[in-house]
Amino acid sequence: MSDSPITVEQHGPELLHHFVDAEQQRDAASLGMWLFLATEIMFFGGMFCAYLIYRYWYYSEFAAGSRSLDITLGTVNTAVLICSSLTVALGVRAAQMGKRKLLVILLLLTIVFGFAFLGIKGVEWYDKYKEHHIPGPSFNVDDLVNAYPQIHIDQQHEQIYFSLYFAMTGLHALHMIIGVGMFVFLTYYAWKGRYTPKYYTPIEMGGLYWHFVDIVWIYLFPLLYLIDRHH
Amino acid sequence: MSEHIMSSKFYYTIWIALLGLTAITAGVAFLDLGPLNVIVALVIATVKALLVVLFFMHVKYTSEKLTKIVIVSAMFWLLLLLALSMADYATRLWT
Repeated sequence: MSDSPITVEQHGPELLHHFVDAEQQRDAASLGMWLFLATEIMFFGGMFCAYLIYRYWYYSEFAAGSRSLDITLGTVNTAVLICSSLTVALGVRAAQMGKRKLLVILLLLTIVFGFAFLGIKGVEWYDKYKEHHIPGPSFNVDDLVNAYPQIHIDQQHEQIYFSLYFAMTGLHALHMIIGVGMFVFLTYYAWKGRYTPKYYTPIEMGGLYWHFVDIVWIYLFPLLYLIDRHH
Repeated sequence: MSEHIMSSKFYYTIWIALLGLTAITAGVAFLDLGPLNVIVALVIATVKALLVVLFFMHVKYTSEKLTKIVIVSAMFWLLLLLALSMADYATRLWT
């Protein structure tokens, strides 16, 4: 490379001219994405903090609320998200190797897993609706009070557990919806052949986002579903 | 970011480990371990999160040190948020 500042470097359209080379461009994108994910950690962190404080205060209500969730559906959904993370990781690999068809298939599979997760989540929410466990005027946990007569359950405190449950799983589901939307675009451009072994940054960054949302669920699952299950 | 391409077998191994840990954490929740229940659940969740971050998100193979600084800083901020808040709430009834 010449030291002259007026040298015009020849490079492909995938490299923006203010970057020295493709590696610097990729590093910049990755750093920016991780900074965004750091803000996301704090975004969810506020809710985890509220969860921690109220769980510390109203443990028996949190335990009763947790036992009322469907652990089978929760576990299956965790597995569904882990499978989607696998297809994303394999998708990034396919992009690195320039396998366009494989990349499109893996991205489509990820979208299918994303919809499966949201569908199962919807079933769980509907069950809670039928049980009157959604915070609001018709909130009623007499079923939990009767199921565990030896434990004191305060309706208001129980409502806090379910408020946090819906806020946290709702915010997570919103991230899933955004993720699925993003992957629809990625699939379209992958199908058009935009991504090559030289330039697959959007696939990689979309993948980082998807894995991050998976990690949030990895923590939500034990914190919301697995409190005091042995009773 | 390095151009490190892992074998697909490697990803399948991580995937199996994640599924196995999910089954273990769901099963262990039904055993009465007293205060250990929540610790076991969180340790397993953290191991799963580390597997995803290091291998699926390629942090183990990244040459960019700034990325690692951002991740460690984010963890530190989260720890500050949770630890200092709990330091307040857990000691309010102390006389």
